[in-house]
Amino acid sequence: MLHCITRRTFRVAACIMARTHVNYEIKGDVAVVRMNDPNSRVNTLSTQMQREMTEVMDEIWGNNAVQSVVLISSKPGSFIAGADLNMIQACTTAEEVTGLSQEGQRMFEKVEKSPKPIVAAINGSCLGGGLEFAISCQYRIATKSKKTVLGCPEVMLGLLPGAGGTQRLPKMLGLPSAFDMILTGRSIRPDKAKKMGLVHQLVDTLGPGLKSPEERTIEYLEEVAVEAARGLAKKQIPLTKEKGLMQKIQDYVMSYPFVRQQIYNTVQNKVMKQTKGLYPAPLKIIECVKAGVEQGPTAGYLAESQHFGKLAMTPESKALIGLYHGQVTCKKNRFRTPEKDAKTLAILGAGLMGAGIAQVSVDKGFHTILKDTTLEGLSRGEQQVYKGLNDKTKKKSITSFERDSFLSNLTGQLDYNGFNKADMIIEAVFEDLSIKHKVLKEVEAVIPPHCIFATNTSALPIKDIAAVSKRPEKVIGMHYFSPVDKMQLLEIITTDKTSKDTTASAVAVGLKQGKVIIVVGDGPGFYTTRCLAPMLAEAVRVLQEGVDPKKLDGLTTGFGFPVGAATLADEVGIDVAAHVAEDLGKAFGSRFGGGNVEVLKTMVEKGFKGRKSGKGCYIYQPGLKRRDVNTEALEILESYKLTPNAAVSSDSDIQYRLVSRFVNEAVLCLQEGILASPVEGDIGAVFGLGFPPCLGGPFRFVDSFGADKLVEKMRKFEEVFGNQFTPCQLLLDHAKDPSKKFHK
Amino acid sequence: MQIIEHFMSLSLIRTVLLTAFSFCSAARSLSTSVHLQAQAKSKKTLAKPGVKNIVLVDGVRTPFLQSGTTYADLMPHDLARAALQGLLNRTGLPKDAVDYIVYGTVIQEVKTSNVAREAALGAGFSDKTPAHTVTMACISSNQAMTTAVGLIAAGQCDAVVAGGVEFMSDVPIRHSRKMRKTMLSLNKAKTLGARLSLLGSIRLAHLSPELPAVAEFSTAETMGHSADRLAAAFGVSRLEQDEFALRSHTLAKKAQDGGMLSDVISFKVPGRDIVSKDNGIRPATMEQLAKLKPAFIKPHGTVTAANSSFLTDGASAVLIMSEEKALAMGYKPKAYLRDFVYVSQDPKDQLLLGPTYATPKVLEKSGLTLNDIDVFEFHEAFAGQIMANLKAMESDWFAQTYMGRKTKVGAPPMEKFNTWGGSLSLGHPFAATGCRLVTTVAHRLQKEGGQYGLVAACAAGGQGHAMVIEAYPQ
Repeated sequence: MLHCITRRTFRVAACIMARTHVNYEIKGDVAVVRMNDPNSRVNTLSTQMQREMTEVMDEIWGNNAVQSVVLISSKPGSFIAGADLNMIQACTTAEEVTGLSQEGQRMFEKVEKSPKPIVAAINGSCLGGGLEFAISCQYRIATKSKKTVLGCPEVMLGLLPGAGGTQRLPKMLGLPSAFDMILTGRSIRPDKAKKMGLVHQLVDTLGPGLKSPEERTIEYLEEVAVEAARGLAKKQIPLTKEKGLMQKIQDYVMSYPFVRQQIYNTVQNKVMKQTKGLYPAPLKIIECVKAGVEQGPTAGYLAESQHFGKLAMTPESKALIGLYHGQVTCKKNRFRTPEKDAKTLAILGAGLMGAGIAQVSVDKGFHTILKDTTLEGLSRGEQQVYKGLNDKTKKKSITSFERDSFLSNLTGQLDYNGFNKADMIIEAVFEDLSIKHKVLKEVEAVIPPHCIFATNTSALPIKDIAAVSKRPEKVIGMHYFSPVDKMQLLEIITTDKTSKDTTASAVAVGLKQGKVIIVVGDGPGFYTTRCLAPMLAEAVRVLQEGVDPKKLDGLTTGFGFPVGAATLADEVGIDVAAHVAEDLGKAFGSRFGGGNVEVLKTMVEKGFKGRKSGKGCYIYQPGLKRRDVNTEALEILESYKLTPNAAVSSDSDIQYRLVSRFVNEAVLCLQEGILASPVEGDIGAVFGLGFPPCLGGPFRFVDSFGADKLVEKMRKFEEVFGNQFTPCQLLLDHAKDPSKKFHK
Repeated sequence: MQIIEHFMSLSLIRTVLLTAFSFCSAARSLSTSVHLQAQAKSKKTLAKPGVKNIVLVDGVRTPFLQSGTTYADLMPHDLARAALQGLLNRTGLPKDAVDYIVYGTVIQEVKTSNVAREAALGAGFSDKTPAHTVTMACISSNQAMTTAVGLIAAGQCDAVVAGGVEFMSDVPIRHSRKMRKTMLSLNKAKTLGARLSLLGSIRLAHLSPELPAVAEFSTAETMGHSADRLAAAFGVSRLEQDEFALRSHTLAKKAQDGGMLSDVISFKVPGRDIVSKDNGIRPATMEQLAKLKPAFIKPHGTVTAANSSFLTDGASAVLIMSEEKALAMGYKPKAYLRDFVYVSQDPKDQLLLGPTYATPKVLEKSGLTLNDIDVFEFHEAFAGQIMANLKAMESDWFAQTYMGRKTKVGAPPMEKFNTWGGSLSLGHPFAATGCRLVTTVAHRLQKEGGQYGLVAACAAGGQGHAMVIEAYPQ
C-alpha cells in the first residue's frame, strides 16, 4: 500500500518535472538553472532545450522569491556548444531558417531585458548560439579550464551568428574585436576573453578534493556565480565597468562615421582578398554589423535573421556543413579497438616528415624514438621538434614546463636500441623502394612480434614495400602531409594482407595524434597523390602553353584552392612531383599525361626543386615575403612550348581542365574501391590537398555542379586532348541519372 | 571572544566525534587490538635492533620577526650565527666536539651560498668542522636534520648541528637577463669602441629588474593562489580559515605569555635593541579578519593576508647526537628522532597536501596509528591548507582515489594539534621552521607527558615530510 502511494506521488512529481534538458533549483533568492542534454556529450540549443528553457525562465520571472538567476551546464566540458545543426538542415526554405533566427533573437532579447540579473556560468565550450545566449545575459563568469572556449564558429559553416551575435558583439567589444571574432570564427580562451571584456570574472579550475576535480570545479563555479548573482541583484556589483583610457579613445574615434566607414572598407577588402568572393558569409556578416551600427537595432536584427536564412540555403554553407560532419566522422575509429594500445613509437628518419610526426606524438604522451643515420640529420630533426613545441610556448598555448616534459618523451638515436620495446614503427626514410626494403628488413630483425610497421610514403604502393616482409599483416601505409603539425589529414593505406587489428591500431595512433583520418585501399598514389598528379600534369601543360605561373596561381586560387597550382608544386617539391609523375605515368599510362615530365626533370637538373632549394617556379629568399617568378624556369618552359588551342584556353576552361581531371580521378578511386566512401574522398581532398572548401570536396562538387555538366565540359576537352579527359563510368552513371547523388 | 569559545567548543565536539569514529573503525577491524595498543602505548619504544638511537639534545631559535622589522639590516648568515651561538650557549657544547654542520636555506644570498660554512665560522665553531647547506623549500631544515640523522646512523659522525635560516628582509633582485648578458660581454670587450657600442645597446627594457616570487617554477602559480584553489577543492570556507588563523594566534599568544616558547633565545641585533620575542603574534577579532580582501584570487577567493603565514626572518638550530655520545658527554637528551619520510605529488593541484601523504606513511613505518600520537606539530603554511589537509586525511574517498590506500588515516584531534601556535602566528622563515617544529614537539612531550609526537609539513614543489619523535624517558 505504502509502496503504491509513493509510486503515485512520484508520478505526479514526474509530470511536473517532465523536463529532461533544463531544470532549476532555488537557492535562497537565486534560481540556479542547469542545462544537461541527456542524449548528447554536449549541450546544443535544440528545439527541446529551447522550449524547456523558455518554460523555466517564465516560471522564474514569475516567481517573486527569486531576485537573480545563474545559468550553468551540468556537463563537464560543455556550456552550450552551439545551435542544433540538424534543426537548420531540416529546413527547406530561407524563410524557415529566418524564422528560427527570429525565434532565437526574441528569446535572447527577453534574456537581455530580464529584470532579474542573469549570470552565465561558463565551463567548457561556449560557442555559436551558446555564446549568443551568454552575451545576452547580464554577467558572465568563466572557468580557466582548457576546455573553456568562447567563439562564434558560424562563419566556418558558411553561416553567421543568427541570434543577436552580429548585433551585441560590436556593442560589447567595439568594431575591430567584434569583426575579428565573427569573421575568423576563432575560439577565444578565458584569459583573452576577460581582457577583451567578453567575460567579467574568471574562476580557477580545481584539483582533487572530496569529489572529482571536474565535478567540484562546476560546483565551485556555481558557488561563485550564485554570490555574484546576489551581488548584482543588490547592486553591490556594478554592471557597467569603468572604461579605460584606450577604450575611451577608441570610442571617441569610432564616433566619427567616416572612421567606421573606413573600417568597413578595410574589413571588406581584407575579406575579398582572402576569400576571392567565393564565400558569401563574411560579406553578409559585415552587412549585418553595419546595418545594426548605422541604422539601429531594428534594421540590424532584421538583416541578421534574413541573411542567416539566405546563407543557410547557399551551396557554400551546405558544403562547409558537410565537411564539418565529414570531419566528425573521420575523427572516429570505424575499426574496432586495437588489441594492444600503442605506447612506444619509433620513427625512422628525422627529416621534415619524421620530425613532424615525432612532434605530434610526444605531446600526446607517446614515448617516441626518433632514429636517423647521421648525427647532423638527427640534430636537425630534434631541433625541429623543439622549435615546434617552443613556438607553442611563445604563443602561450603550452607552458615551458609542459614543453620540457613533452620533450622528455623523445629519444633521439642513431641505432636500433630500444626497438625491441616499440609498438609501432613509422618509417619516413627517402622515397626509394630499395632503401625502404633495406630498412624494413633491418627493423623486422629487432622489433617484437606485435609491433606494427607503418610506412610513410606518398606514392610507393604498400604491397611493393611489404613484399620483403616476413609479416605482411603488420605492414600498413601512413601517409602524413607536410608540415605534419599543421596539416590535419592522415591517409592510412591498407593492403589485402594488412590485418584488421593493424588498421585499427594505426587509426588509433593517428587519432591520438590529432589527425583527421581516411582509410583507403592500396594502389599507385593511393587516393590523394593519385588525384593530385593529373591536376599537376595539367598545370604543367598550362605552363607550357605560355601561361605565367602567377596567372596560373590566380586561376586556381580564384577557383577556391587555398594555394595556387604553381606554388603547390614548389611546396611539394619539383623533384617529388617529377618522381610521382613518372611513377604514376608508368602505372596508369597516357591518362596521366598532359604536361611533359621532361619539364620537371630539367628543372630538377638545374636545381630548381621548389621552396626547399630556394628556386622552383618562383624564387624564394629567406625573410622576403614577395616572390618573383623564376625566369630561368620560364626559359625551360619556353623550350618545351606548346601552342594553346583557343577553344579550350579561356580562363574558365583552364580552371575546369585542372579541376575536372582531379575530380574524375577521385570518382574513379571510388569506382575502383580505393575509397570506401565519398565522405572520406571529400575530407581527403579538402584537408590533404586543399580542394576548395566552399565546394565541399570533389564528390559534393559533382553533386552540386551536376555530373552531366561536368561530363559535358570533359567531352569538350577530350576532343582536344584525348583520354586524359575521358569521364569514368561512375561519373557517366551519375550524369545519366540526375537523381544519383554521392551525398544524400 | 565569544566566537573563539564557540570555535573551541565546535572543535571539541569535532574531536569527540573523531575519536569516537576512529575508535569504531579500529574496533571493526580488529576488536582485540584496541586493548593491546592501549596497554602497550606507554611502554613500547620505537627503538629497533641494529639501528642506532639518535637523540635531539636541544634546539633553539632566534625570535621570528616579520621581515623588514628589527632584522632588516642584517644578512642571512648573521641570523644563522645567532642561532648557532645560542645553541652553543644553551648546551655548553665544546666548539670542537661537533663533527659536522648542516644548514638549510631557501632564498639564497648569492654571497654566502654555503651559508652553513659562513655562519659556523662566524659563530666560532672550529674551522676544522665541515659544513654544508641544503635546500628543499619549507622543509629545508627537516632535510638538514634528517641528513644529520643519516650521518650518525651511518656511523660517520656522532654529533651534528643542524638548522635553517631564512631572511626575507633582503632578497636577491637581479638585473634582467638582457642586462646581465650585456654586462658579461662588457667584461670581455677589449677595446673602448667595443665597450661603448655595448653600452650604447642598453635600452630601457634592459633596466627592468627580475624579482623573485614565491611561485612554482613548473606551473608559474604562486603558492597563495594554489592554496586558495586547494581550499576551494576541499570546500574550506573563509570562516573556517579565519577561525583557524585566530586559533593559531590565540594559542601562540597564550604560549608566549605562559613562557612555553623556551626555544627562543635573545639576540642583540647590532645597532638595535635586544630582541627576545616573536613579533608576528597578533590575535584579532573575527570581525577584523572578515574585513580583509582576498590576497590572491580576486574577488571571490578565501585566502587573505591574515589567514596565511607572513614573510618572516629567523633562524633555528638543533644539536643531534647518537644517544651513546650524548650520555657520554653528560647530556640529558630531550627526545628520540625516529622514523621519517619524504613524499612528493602533483605540484599543481596537490602542492600543499604533503602532510596528508606523509602522515599515514610514517605511521605505518613506525607501526603506530594516529591514536598513538600525543603531540602533533604541523607546519601551517595557510589556514586553508591545514583545513584542506585535515579534510583529506578524514576522507576515505581521497585515500582510495589518490593515495592508493584502503582507508583514511584520520585527522588529528584538535586538542593535540599545534597547541602552542604555528607558522601562521609565530611566523614562517621557510628554512627555519622544521627545527622549530621538532623542538616544539620535544618540549610539548616533556610538558604534557606524552610519548609520541608527529611532525608534518608541506613544501613547494609538491613535496612533504613527516617524522615521528619519541619522548626521552624522564
